[in-house]
Amino acid sequence: MPTTTIAGHEVEVNEEGFLTKPDQWTEDLAPELARLIGLELTDAHWKLIRFLRDDYQAQGETATLRRASTQAGVPVKELFVLFPKKPAKKMAYVSGLPKPKGCV
Amino acid sequence: MTDAPFVPSFDDDDTDSGRKLAIICSKGNLDMAYPGLILANAALGEGIETHLFFTFWGFDIINTATMKDLKFSFVGNTAMHPPGHSGMGIHHMLGALPGATAAATKMMKKQIADLDVPEVPEFLDLLSGSGCHMWACRMSADMNHLTEDDLYEGVEAIISASDFIEKTEGAQLLFI
Repeated sequence: MPTTTIAGHEVEVNEEGFLTKPDQWTEDLAPELARLIGLELTDAHWKLIRFLRDDYQAQGETATLRRASTQAGVPVKELFVLFPKKPAKKMAYVSGLPKPKGCV
Repeated sequence: MTDAPFVPSFDDDDTDSGRKLAIICSKGNLDMAYPGLILANAALGEGIETHLFFTFWGFDIINTATMKDLKFSFVGNTAMHPPGHSGMGIHHMLGALPGATAAATKMMKKQIADLDVPEVPEFLDLLSGSGCHMWACRMSADMNHLTEDDLYEGVEAIISASDFIEKTEGAQLLFI
């Protein structure tokens, strides 16, 4: 697996650039990951990032868009505002998690 | 590695690449409603402009009187088998027995719910929240004497087939 350096951390990434080791992610990495994809994190983003991290810990897989919406209590429409166009993938990336596998 | 971090491409600069998907939903059975909804959801999640056109029996997916209650019948479905891989089949004509459709529908709904996939009305909410364009077919509305008041609120309008063709110029198209 290739590695790349983000905010001074050397992290392993897959061929698309997603972090492959969730435990290499730390909270200080998130703002930089967000910046790299054109986002500036607000409390609303953080609420979702923390949900995704906790949920991954509990479930062993990344929450889908619907799961993030229903479980974190954020309307889908707002997810598309916070993480435009590809919210599920962008949330996962900023949270240092793999892309969600579920279809819905 | 170089100094620049390796970052996934989310195609954000690609706004005008113009990929569009149009799905014509023409069936009102439970098992024929889901493929269109699931593919639309996937496309929306990829930032693709997505249009659904509900026509003929597909109208039942957006008719508020029927959308909660779509059914699955296995009559004529020679691939029918119980959930899992037991190798056991069920003769499709057994589906014609009283109660078979209700039982099969209940079973399929449970399988869908077990995957945390929502029922049709909530699925439409998900699509609507994701920015899906939903259109109802003029001829189907007229045949059934239905107006926009009878339809799911996220449906933008009842339009003619030619309107739909115009709106989906350049789109990739699926007929279900």
